[in-house]
Amino acid sequence: MLKLPIYLDNNATTPLDPRVLEAMMPYLTEVFGNAASRNHPFGWAAEEAVDYSREQIASLINCDSKEIIFTSGATESDNLGIKGVFEMYAQKGNHIITATTEHKAVLDTCKHIEKLGGRVTYLPVNEEGLISLAELEAAITPETILVTIMYGNNETGTIQPIREIAAIAHKHGALFMSDGTQAVGKIPVDVIADGIDIMAFTAHKMYGPKGVGALYVRRKNPRVKVTAQMDGGGHERGMRSGTLNVPGIVGLGKACELARLEMAADTARLSALRDKLERELLTLEESYVNGSREHRLPHVTNISFKYVEGEGLMMGVKDLAVSSGSACTSASLEPSYVLKALGLSDDLAHSSLRFGLSRFTTEEQIDYAINHVKEAVTKLREMSPLWEMFKEGIDLSKIEWAEH
Amino acid sequence: MAYSDKVIDHYSNPRNVGTLDKSKKNVGTGLVGAPECGDVMRLQIEVDETTNTITDAKFKTFGCGSAIASSSLATEWLKGKTVDEALAIDNMEIVEELALPPVKIHCSVLAEDAIKSAINDYRVKNGMPALEESKAHH
Repeated sequence: MLKLPIYLDNNATTPLDPRVLEAMMPYLTEVFGNAASRNHPFGWAAEEAVDYSREQIASLINCDSKEIIFTSGATESDNLGIKGVFEMYAQKGNHIITATTEHKAVLDTCKHIEKLGGRVTYLPVNEEGLISLAELEAAITPETILVTIMYGNNETGTIQPIREIAAIAHKHGALFMSDGTQAVGKIPVDVIADGIDIMAFTAHKMYGPKGVGALYVRRKNPRVKVTAQMDGGGHERGMRSGTLNVPGIVGLGKACELARLEMAADTARLSALRDKLERELLTLEESYVNGSREHRLPHVTNISFKYVEGEGLMMGVKDLAVSSGSACTSASLEPSYVLKALGLSDDLAHSSLRFGLSRFTTEEQIDYAINHVKEAVTKLREMSPLWEMFKEGIDLSKIEWAEH
Repeated sequence: MAYSDKVIDHYSNPRNVGTLDKSKKNVGTGLVGAPECGDVMRLQIEVDETTNTITDAKFKTFGCGSAIASSSLATEWLKGKTVDEALAIDNMEIVEELALPPVKIHCSVLAEDAIKSAINDYRVKNGMPALEESKAHH
């Protein structure tokens, strides 16, 4: 029997993999030491677990285990990466380049940088959600210290041309940072091959626990340093103070290990399910996939249904846990700024649904979702005067609407 | 947002969804709202010209659950009323009946405007002066 509602909001967060929980359990009770305690076996056991986790993470993203800085999650990692570079490299310049479709953890941090006297360029994206490499290069000045562009988008799944972006940044002497939150653990991310100098990511988007994330900070070619944003005991090579969340870190490590071993199989299964969902929903007239269909994460699709209003649609798909934007913006009634950046009108941006599949999503759930969404859209369209006008061939843009 | 049972009921089982023949002289059509604002409501009435009574009412709404419920309820209330009685329907009665939250009062205003707009359309079609207080919506 299918359990309702069905969870298809895995870009917001994923459930914990039971194997991750199992790995974490001893570190909540028996092995409770402070990893910074150097004087006794309790501390050593905790430190050993943390070191092992660093190895597991390093294997997933192809870095040295010493290059991993533990944080509370991707938001903190983004803050530490951007503010840390801004402060550390102030002598060199004060210009940062990012994109309009970044997560708020990056955009709001950049706004903060502007208040501190920094200069930020927000690159636009095309209708597929991709930045232009030419525009990036044109935006770089001798003052540019950092280019920060996310790996895969949280709303559309669009994957940016990371290697090309990194090459351009490096050519002009700027560091390249990437918010890898949605990509790490889902697709192969190799910080060496990709040319990433700093990367934020988090455990709870890849079947790990909430409240623990990491920042990759390159140690060689070039050696990168970020100014700590929290003063304290000088943990994590002095870049992030605070007692380490050992059980969480163990969970992140285990999640990375599972991701490395199962990524290929998960990708094959999830992209097939995602494609089925998408193919079926696109049989509805006037429905559109948002973002690039070629360059994107395997478990995400974002679809707009024209002539259906967003809130009414959300109410109509009550048996599905999906979102109409990112979890961080759904508290407001504003349409998604990411979809608007792709050129969608307000009404189309409102009437879009984001589906995020996970390792635990079943075909039965996808079949249910297909039927449920089709029924809701069909029913709402039968009720929609705009749909009726569209069907009659009336040009809606020519109508003088009485705005309220 | 927590909706009342009545809103959910009207949303799930909308009454009087449909289209009346707007070319008929005794049919009045009101179309209010705008797609960019997220609500478009179309309300139609059919009037028995001898008794001045509304014999049928239909709606189509593009909007949230409250907008759909407000227009569905409005059609129920319109049927059987005289045109003058219909004119007296106040948006706050809709708010109370559906227990709309404050942020959704706008939907009831839209419904009241749609009623007035439909009546106005009927009046103008039949040679009566346009309503003074209601803006002519199209």
